Amino acid sequence: MAGREVTQGWIPAFAGMTRRFGKGLPKGDGVGRGLTAWRAAAERLRGAWSPGYSVAAAVAVLLILGFLPFVKMGLVVNGFVLGAIIATGAIGLTLIYGNLNFANIAHGDYMAMGAYVAFFVVTDLLSAVGIQGQGFGPFTFGYPLLIALPLAAAVVALGAVVLDVAVYRRLRNRKVNAVVMAMASLGLAIAVRGLIQIIWTGEKLQFPRESRQVYHLPMDARIPPDSIFIAGLAVVLVVGVYLLLTRTKIGKAMRATADNPDLARVTGIPTERVIWATWAIGGGLAAIAGILLAVFQAQLLPSMGWEFLIPLFAAVILGGIGNPYGALVGALVIGVSMEVSTQWITPSYKHAVAFIIMIVLLLARPRGLLGRSS
Amino acid sequence: MALLEARDIVAGYGETQILHGVSLVVNEGEIVTIIGPNGCGKSTFMKAVVGLVRVRTGSVTFRGTDITDYPPERVVRTGLCYVPQSANVFPSLSIRENLEMGAFIRGDDARARIDEMFGLFPDLARRPTARAGSLSGGQRQMLALARALMLDPVLLLLDEPSAGLSPAIMGMVFERIREINATGVALLLVEQQAREALQVSDRGYVLSGGENRLEDGGPALLDNPEVARLYLGG
Ligand SMILES: Nc1ncnc2c1ncn2[C@@H]1O[C@H](COP(=O)(O)OP(=O)(O)OP(=O)(O)O)[C@@H](O)[C@H]1O
Ligand SMILES: [Mg+2]
Repeated sequence: MAGREVTQGWIPAFAGMTRRFGKGLPKGDGVGRGLTAWRAAAERLRGAWSPGYSVAAAVAVLLILGFLPFVKMGLVVNGFVLGAIIATGAIGLTLIYGNLNFANIAHGDYMAMGAYVAFFVVTDLLSAVGIQGQGFGPFTFGYPLLIALPLAAAVVALGAVVLDVAVYRRLRNRKVNAVVMAMASLGLAIAVRGLIQIIWTGEKLQFPRESRQVYHLPMDARIPPDSIFIAGLAVVLVVGVYLLLTRTKIGKAMRATADNPDLARVTGIPTERVIWATWAIGGGLAAIAGILLAVFQAQLLPSMGWEFLIPLFAAVILGGIGNPYGALVGALVIGVSMEVSTQWITPSYKHAVAFIIMIVLLLARPRGLLGRSS
Repeated sequence: MALLEARDIVAGYGETQILHGVSLVVNEGEIVTIIGPNGCGKSTFMKAVVGLVRVRTGSVTFRGTDITDYPPERVVRTGLCYVPQSANVFPSLSIRENLEMGAFIRGDDARARIDEMFGLFPDLARRPTARAGSLSGGQRQMLALARALMLDPVLLLLDEPSAGLSPAIMGMVFERIREINATGVALLLVEQQAREALQVSDRGYVLSGGENRLEDGGPALLDNPEVARLYLGG
């Protein structure tokens, strides 16, 4: 419970103060009752609020107010788009963590695999049957990519389930600990990346593209139409995941299994099936995140997903591990921080920004900004 | 005929063996209570029955079927529902969602059954969207009971349903237990509150050190001087 650990900060101090004041007063008079009400309100706030929030909120507000005049709006806009891509990957990662209790280090490479499968679908499969094109509407890519998106998501989703059956389930049945699971996923990460290099070589690739005009926004910001597509699709997916988790039976069962797998089993929930659903959703989202990243960066590289792990984990940790809504907020914070930082530092260091935020947060508030204890 | 029959159960965790051959019978419509010192294996016995802990030797028969090696998600389907000692609700799910999960294996949306549960536990009906993690100990225990009742079980296993509750709420829990039993549901309880539990029980078992120690009618056990000395603080 959040309230128990709280010993600092002005709200608990206030609750303590009113408690001390309240004691000296005769019970039942107006002042005493008023104080009791105050005390109850403060206690209630104390349960939901903790010093971490106040500090984080204050720092965020100061940073935003202090930096805003110097920040290029274009970078902020770009940051939100990058944040949307991070969110698409991080939500899957955090769901898998919640249900299986280990950090899936192969998640970044599932993303890369998604992008390459889409590349295969667009450049080999569809063009072989005469479906090709680029510069679809205002976008640089062609409509074949819209066909490739769900196909690649399905392929990676299936692959994630197959790898679970082939590798993770065996380890799970032997009740190995989280470190062994994470090491196994590290092995799979390397294997998946190796497979990409064998099939598609290590060279830079691109989806077939055509240059397009960027849109001009107020405050000298510009936004490429591709970015609008990326952000729009990410929003649709996030809403989809939210509806799945809160409205469907399997989604609720996923949350229940994350809460307590043994209780889920004795309740009759087929937890193995729930785990497959989690892999399928996480893998499908990873594939789409990889495709969106390839569109955003206008290139595919075998290492693109591996390098994206740090922003992914930073977002997951920032939001409180296992909490999909937290991962969304964390992703936007990390995305904006990364992009805005490029105003002062070399863009190639922007992953370091995510890393620093992650380390500082782990030291200051290991449960994450929105993380719950217990 | 016995509803549940556990015969010579041997079980444990890893290398350590906790149960060294425990036998127990629950007949149709009965309330049976297990008492015994802390750590003697009462919870382990229940976990062995529902399949959370593997039975090494011995057998569990329920309604004439051997369910010894059934995984937990299959045991529930036989009409045997279980409420663990702690962590017995899904804290991040709402009250209503907890009940929906209780009915997971039912084909329908179980709305009618949820309303019945709200009738039985009016406290839960007041805030069906409240997160279970935000409930008080008593409300949680009620929710855990309601969740297990969603499937209309034939036998209900309750591991220390009164643990950590105030005497008033505890009384309410035992009252509910009696009401549930009156509808024909058999119950197997583990209880620290030996007096209260044995009073409502048809029969009782005393375990100690992972073995059967005593077995008798509920009131008879209450009168047993050894039980009184060891477990009733008298
Ligand atoms: N998951 C576990 N892994 C290893 N040992 C365990 C585990 N759970 C329980 N034990 C051990 O098994 C023994 C029996 O535990 P059990 O929970 O069955 O006792 P109990 O009779 O229910 O006790 P209590 O009255 O405290 O609930 C104890 O020594 C305990 O430490
Ligand atoms: Mg116990």
